[in-house]
Amino acid sequence: MATTTIPLKSDCAPARSLWQRQRWLILRRMSQLAILLAFLAGPWFGVWIAKGNLSSSLTLGVLPLTDPLLVLQTFVTGHLPYSTALIGAAIVLVFYLLVGGRVFCSWVCPVNAVTDAAAWSRRRLGIKTGRVPDANTRYWLLGGLLVAAAATGTLAWEWVNPVSLLHRGLIFGMGGGLFVVAGIFLYDLLVASRGWCGHLCPMGAFYGLLGKKALVRISASRRSACDDCMDCFAVCPEPQVIRPALKKVGQESPLILASDCTTCGRCIDVCDKQVFKMTHRFDQRSE
Amino acid sequence: MDTGKKIARKSPVADSPASAARRKFINSVAAAAGGGCLLALGAGLYSKSASALPAQALRPPGALPEGDFLAACVRCGLCVRDCPYDTLKLSDLGDPVATGTPYFTARKVACEMCEDIPCVKACPTGALDRQLTDINKAQMGLAALVDHESCLNFLGLRCDVCYRVCPVIDKAITLETQHNPRSDRHAMLLPTVHSDACTGCGKCEKSCVLPEAAIKVFPRQLAQGALPAHYRKGWEEKARHGGSLIGEQVEMPVRGFEGSTAGRSATETAVAPTAPAQPVPPPAAPKKPQAGLRSGIDSNWKP
Repeated sequence: MATTTIPLKSDCAPARSLWQRQRWLILRRMSQLAILLAFLAGPWFGVWIAKGNLSSSLTLGVLPLTDPLLVLQTFVTGHLPYSTALIGAAIVLVFYLLVGGRVFCSWVCPVNAVTDAAAWSRRRLGIKTGRVPDANTRYWLLGGLLVAAAATGTLAWEWVNPVSLLHRGLIFGMGGGLFVVAGIFLYDLLVASRGWCGHLCPMGAFYGLLGKKALVRISASRRSACDDCMDCFAVCPEPQVIRPALKKVGQESPLILASDCTTCGRCIDVCDKQVFKMTHRFDQRSE
Repeated sequence: MDTGKKIARKSPVADSPASAARRKFINSVAAAAGGGCLLALGAGLYSKSASALPAQALRPPGALPEGDFLAACVRCGLCVRDCPYDTLKLSDLGDPVATGTPYFTARKVACEMCEDIPCVKACPTGALDRQLTDINKAQMGLAALVDHESCLNFLGLRCDVCYRVCPVIDKAITLETQHNPRSDRHAMLLPTVHSDACTGCGKCEKSCVLPEAAIKVFPRQLAQGALPAHYRKGWEEKARHGGSLIGEQVEMPVRGFEGSTAGRSATETAVAPTAPAQPVPPPAAPKKPQAGLRSGIDSNWKP
């Protein structure tokens, strides 16, 4: 029952509490904040939980975690990292293979808050301008950064990678990186709706590829209750993933199986009919 | 837009939904590929242009040669975290050092040369090489006394601070005694850096008492020359083999230096013989001939 001006308002639904309407968003922000705080507790309060940053870290002095895409780029440049980095990358790789590749995007990545803010502002301000790049651009960019690493013999993408720039900046101090983050916000706000995370980011593309067979999935299990209000489409960062599950387009299963889905759970929050739920890959139940 | 004629002549299915979808697909792929490659190319070019290490940025101990370092370092900052003296910093976008990589500026905070080298131990990728186990073998940079005009020791004073603070004192920096031609009766003790022992920790530059350091630490490739690989130093070869490799040389007589004594400056020898010929007024006659810098300050003082 969305109006065109304020698409998220549903006024014919039974009242749901604020918690019910924002649960997954709050949980996600808490997850993002908790990860950031784990890195900042050391420099701020002297309590060392995680050292380093998302590129590579050491948690509680024992658990190494390394971005597998960075390790892949390191391979391409011709350098073989120490086992610490390899073990760290393996742990991260297995985690996202199982849990869901783009869970990184919505639950961990610091840029998510920036692009979510841009998307929210864009909806609120009713901005419809701009031109959205093809969603496959990110895969070309992913290939391109590997080629660039091979050609220059350096981790070329890391000079400009907004994800690591922002996270490193938040932890170690920010300077010029702010301009890149501001650029992404403005790009998403004025030029392309969900432009960065949904169309360009090669890290998102990489984690998306990892999550093809991920276990944690969102299911449109009560899809018969759907009243076509379009709230979920309006709020979803990757709206194309909803239709097959919700409207049985090309699949019978109510599960959102597309690896583009970031498992952010925002569709669960906004749906007044409570069509969606967080579940696992083998849960085929639907009403 | 395909015209009807074209359709009839060439392809009866040119306007079919399949063809339109194909065209759209090719367009989108081209746009995506073009955009993606352009962005990647831009990043590659920027990284290339921004990978030159500026003269005053030093890498942590054990860092691979700069090219390999930029391939191996994932910019995680673990070395920065484990540095007990907050020496290391991570560069940010726009800094002259490659984005996110660790470095230190000697004049701000020098490396304290921890014996257990925690920064190297912290590195997960090997950008800092764990083969470096003795910090005295580190080659973070090389000190160079760049300004002979303002260095206090070169002015004949006894500053010696760079020498005193050097953690590898008497090996990396020695004081070389040289005659001071200005006073002609003092020595200059010149701080002299030896590349085989200098770790590039930066203590000398950090402690230089001048407002702008006269001794500076540079990445090795900037501060160090190299002899051609085939050069042999005759005196070293001679010492190694216990004698000249090319047999006895004919001793040629040295002409023009008869009677010259060691330790006297060239001006003295050159000017002294001509001095008496000058039309000197009689009061000057009992004094020694004066020349160059010595005039006016020679009090005939002897130790």
